[in-house]
Amino acid sequence: MIGRARRANAATPAAKAPSGAPGAPRANAATPAAPPAPPPLRPGAPPGDGRVPRAGDATVGWLDERVGAGRLARAAMRYVFPEHWSFLLGEIALYAFVVLIATGTYLALFFESSTAETTYVGPYAPLQGQTVSVAYNSVLRLSIDNPVGLLMRQTHHWAALVFVAAIVVHLLRIFFTGAFRKPRDINWMIGVTIVTLAVLEGFAGYSMPDDLLSGMGLAIAYGVAMSIPILGANLAFLIWGGELPGANDFVSRLFIAHVFVIPALLALLIVAHLAIIVRHHHAQFREPGNREDNVVGAPLWPAYALRSLGLLCAVAGVLLLLGGLVQINPVWQWGPYNPAIGTNGAQPDWYLGWLIGALRMMPALEIHFWGHTWVPNPFFGGALFPLVVFAVLYAIPSLDRRLRRDHRAHHLLDRPRDVPRRTALGASFFSAVALVFVAGSADRILITFGMGYTTQIWIARVAFFVIPAIVYLVTVRICRELRRLG
Amino acid sequence: MRSLGRMLGFVLAAILGWRRSAQRHAEELEGIPPGGRDVDPRRRHVPADPRAELLVALLLLLTGACGVAVVVLLIVEVANGTQWLGLAFGLGFGALAAALIVAGKRVVPQELAVEERPKFTDPEAVNETVEMVREGGEGISRRGLLAGAAGVAAVGIGGALIAPAASLGPNVANRIDDTPWRRGTRVVDARGRAILAADVVQGTFVTGYAEGASVRDVGSPIVLVRLDPSVLRLPAGRPLAEWAPQGLLAYSKICTHAACAISLYRYPSFRATQPRPALVCPCHYSTFDPARGAKVIFGPAGRSLPQLPLAIDAATGELRANGGFSGSIGPAWLDVDRGGQ
Repeated sequence: MIGRARRANAATPAAKAPSGAPGAPRANAATPAAPPAPPPLRPGAPPGDGRVPRAGDATVGWLDERVGAGRLARAAMRYVFPEHWSFLLGEIALYAFVVLIATGTYLALFFESSTAETTYVGPYAPLQGQTVSVAYNSVLRLSIDNPVGLLMRQTHHWAALVFVAAIVVHLLRIFFTGAFRKPRDINWMIGVTIVTLAVLEGFAGYSMPDDLLSGMGLAIAYGVAMSIPILGANLAFLIWGGELPGANDFVSRLFIAHVFVIPALLALLIVAHLAIIVRHHHAQFREPGNREDNVVGAPLWPAYALRSLGLLCAVAGVLLLLGGLVQINPVWQWGPYNPAIGTNGAQPDWYLGWLIGALRMMPALEIHFWGHTWVPNPFFGGALFPLVVFAVLYAIPSLDRRLRRDHRAHHLLDRPRDVPRRTALGASFFSAVALVFVAGSADRILITFGMGYTTQIWIARVAFFVIPAIVYLVTVRICRELRRLG
Repeated sequence: MRSLGRMLGFVLAAILGWRRSAQRHAEELEGIPPGGRDVDPRRRHVPADPRAELLVALLLLLTGACGVAVVVLLIVEVANGTQWLGLAFGLGFGALAAALIVAGKRVVPQELAVEERPKFTDPEAVNETVEMVREGGEGISRRGLLAGAAGVAAVGIGGALIAPAASLGPNVANRIDDTPWRRGTRVVDARGRAILAADVVQGTFVTGYAEGASVRDVGSPIVLVRLDPSVLRLPAGRPLAEWAPQGLLAYSKICTHAACAISLYRYPSFRATQPRPALVCPCHYSTFDPARGAKVIFGPAGRSLPQLPLAIDAATGELRANGGFSGSIGPAWLDVDRGGQ
């Protein structure tokens, strides 16, 4: 069945059939190379065409007379989404963000951002009568006394993990299919900024409850801030309002960053990201009928809209199930923060694993002479390493343009195997980051598999240089073989 | 060295080869894409599947039931409420997701449409814009002066906008080095009770605080260990009588790497095969040797833990500080006092 024939509705029952039988190849040499004109769109509901006026007509009509919604809605409903499972990764991130906003708004109604001291009085016996901060107390009350509080908080935490994970996998998809190329390079930059902010946002979030895990994470962040050459101590004192663990208003600073500044920036960037996608229309894989100057796929209305809403509900459902059934960050077990207390087995949220890995792998190098410490050690793993990684990410579109000498715009995606060297360089780079990430869990590996911590760190230090080279060679080989096979 | 050269050669060859193959690839793409230009992918299919409609209806009913269950669970308090709520909420959304996806795939018309990609670039508009920008500055003669003055304005107002941020934090000055420890300060535990020399035994560590200091003061916490005086090799200028009476040692509990609390003490249970005693930070596993002035023996920390000289009150056996720390506590910065290392 061909679209045009089916789409001609009752208004034009004798619509001229397209040249050539439906489905038959249009081999007619006389047919111009230009694509067939898009089928006429379903006309609006002009009065008197016999259709019963429906609520939709009234609404669209009302909006059209005020903001000209008719044309906009028509175009939006016919907007075409190319279909591939990997195109849903960004949508998952978007929907996790929706869940984050919803659950986060609820949590913000109960959180008190103060480190003033109070005494815990409540049903959780082990902390009964203990001096805790107001912030920690409010999180305990939310989690234990409020019947939906714990569900909301755990769902929020899981959503944060899924949000960053979906962004990262989406970023990998964009990289390996070459979707970062002009004109989408601008959206790549926005995307990299989004992931940077998402990591910061997540860190600010789990630092707020003022439990032991929060405090340990903040202590490390303080150490890294202090380590910025020359200005570090001033910077750390500006952010924390003084020496660790910071002024009493420090949690308010985290709070305003976490619930307003960073989310507002994220929302703004996400809107820009989507607006630019709409401007370009989606990229698509190289398939029969797919060209640089068209988009082939499902129109928004009705099937795609339903399925995408279904994905939103699926993301929400999975996150709520996780939030209800799988415990995450039991702040009451960690206990309140006290700078003199630390615990083994404290792991950050996964998206900080690569930073803890870099901090752990770094040898005890510190640059000091003339009575000053110019580069303290945490700078290398905690600041320089992520700076380099993000700098490389930002530079990818321009590096690719230079290396491939390709400055044109692209709307058709590459299969990773068809660009073996880009794929291999990317795999090599991401494997280095992944290796550092794994090194970040060396203490867990020690406990789980009994492999010595020191041994692991030495292996990781060597592997950091060896593994990317091996990954490069193997990936090139795999791409070539795959290409040979088709 | 030779293998390094080979490696470099390989990298170069790889880059050059990549460029060449990229060019070839680009040439291939100039032509008609696989499948040819004249394939029309457009399709439209109306499923007309009453069974799918029934399934969607059932899933929607299930969604409604789950929603009711959430409300009921909130009214009737049950044990493990979080789990039941999560289950009801999650299943509700799951059923709704399933309903929408089944409807999107099996109930509504399935269409593969082709949309022309909008051409959004317009070189003419660009030229006209550039021209308009240029015309906007027509007739200005003292460009240099204006640009310079604008620069001054930008720097001035920019500085004025940033300056209020300075009030967020105090100057570092000597705040970090100003710890609560003075000669004679009593060492107490978390509840403020004095720690006696006898409380610190070999093989375990004790956390001490400066008497009267706030729990939030990172200058206060110390880790106390006892070692056999014969194994001690403290840095020069730290006589055992003042820095390790009876083999008792005190170090700042705040890691010199990234400010976590040193809360692990590795102590050999069998000396012949196990490594020497060490204080370890659980964050990045910086490992310090208490017998040698908490020198770094593994991990990322860039300097030893600052040591606190100790004195034992002869009458009561209480521990007191015998002065301040040997250097700055906590993470390093430009003016950190490395304690003579």
